[in-house]
Amino acid sequence: MRLCGSGLTCVRGGREVFTGLDFDAAAGEAIAVVGRNGSGKTSLLRLIAGLLIPAGGTIALAGGDAELTLPEQCHYLGHRDALKPALSVAENLSFWADFLGGERFDAAESLAAVGLDHASDLPAAFLSAGQRRRLSLARLLTVHRPVWLLDEPTTALDVAGQDMFGGLMRDHLARGGLIIAATHAPLGIESRELRIGGTA
Amino acid sequence: MTALAALIRRDIRIALRVGGGALIGVLFFLTVVVLMPFAVGPDLALLSRLGPAILWLGALLASLLTLDRLFMADHEDGSLDLIAMSRTPLELACAAKALAHWLAAGLPLIIATPVLGLLLNLDMVATGAVALTLLAGTPALTFTGMIGAALAVTLHRGGLLMAVLVLPLSIPVLIFGVAASQAAIVGPMSFGAPFSILCALSLVSLVVGPFAAAASLKHGLD
Repeated sequence: MRLCGSGLTCVRGGREVFTGLDFDAAAGEAIAVVGRNGSGKTSLLRLIAGLLIPAGGTIALAGGDAELTLPEQCHYLGHRDALKPALSVAENLSFWADFLGGERFDAAESLAAVGLDHASDLPAAFLSAGQRRRLSLARLLTVHRPVWLLDEPTTALDVAGQDMFGGLMRDHLARGGLIIAATHAPLGIESRELRIGGTA
Repeated sequence: MTALAALIRRDIRIALRVGGGALIGVLFFLTVVVLMPFAVGPDLALLSRLGPAILWLGALLASLLTLDRLFMADHEDGSLDLIAMSRTPLELACAAKALAHWLAAGLPLIIATPVLGLLLNLDMVATGAVALTLLAGTPALTFTGMIGAALAVTLHRGGLLMAVLVLPLSIPVLIFGVAASQAAIVGPMSFGAPFSILCALSLVSLVVGPFAAAASLKHGLD
């Protein structure tokens, strides 16, 4: 499996964010997208996720499921965590598992893996920022998607949480997954750097 | 199918819990209708003549009250991004969300109608007629209102804009809803003709609404 972008141009609000961007990632590889604030790291992830339309260039996934589009094979973990405060931790997770579909893993095991098994009946409104992030990570584990698009994934995670997340990413890569992460902090796993828009 | 059922279940659950919109709509409906006799005065004949129109207006405003949050809440917390990326077509997801909204916010209005009919001096037949027309007509309100809710997300403006966009679209529903109720109560027109048009309006909006809303959302996602 290989994810390639060539000559990507992104225009937001009439302003060119980046232009002529090329990248290429193979299965089992993690790409750390770096660059100063506003250089278009999030925009690149959203282009891949199909949430933005590129002004130029193409993105293609070779060797994936031919029946599915690229966004349908991606997990997108953005700044906003897609959690409903009125629903409990378990309800939030099981909704996304049912809705996203595809190959599934046990929700309770995923919660245990991110260290939230003790809070599964708690409404998400009472979670801390770090716990919310952990719950979003549990979504990545419960539903299988080969491509993970992560936007500042380690924000709000404590040191133990970052270690735990490093382990989860390594497992995903070992199973032939692919990670593209926009980040300022070190990812905690071996990764190739993709720099957007000059040095920080 | 599981995906759509899960979406409907989630939305109904959120609407029924604390902070959800389901009860707010019914309470608003109740308040509007209870206030009317005070405004119109103690003329019972006049009240029962105005009754169907008052119930329809109340139901229209109550169902629009919570509709502007239909996509806005999901947009704000990022759920909409994941819904758009999922294997479920966005049109079907929109239809499921509107259906859930109707079940949680529209259906309670219809159930409350017989009680409110008493306050407006409507007899059994009249109340039944109004409830039946509401049952046939409120899906049209939800599914056309959904287009406005989707545009509100695209334009990053909620509230008033949504009401300004959607209320003109709901005028035909209001006209035929009230006409059918009046026909059932006093005649002389037949009940069938306006009621059939009301059903047709609902069916058309069931088809057009999800496509228009999804098209609007696709453009507004960035």
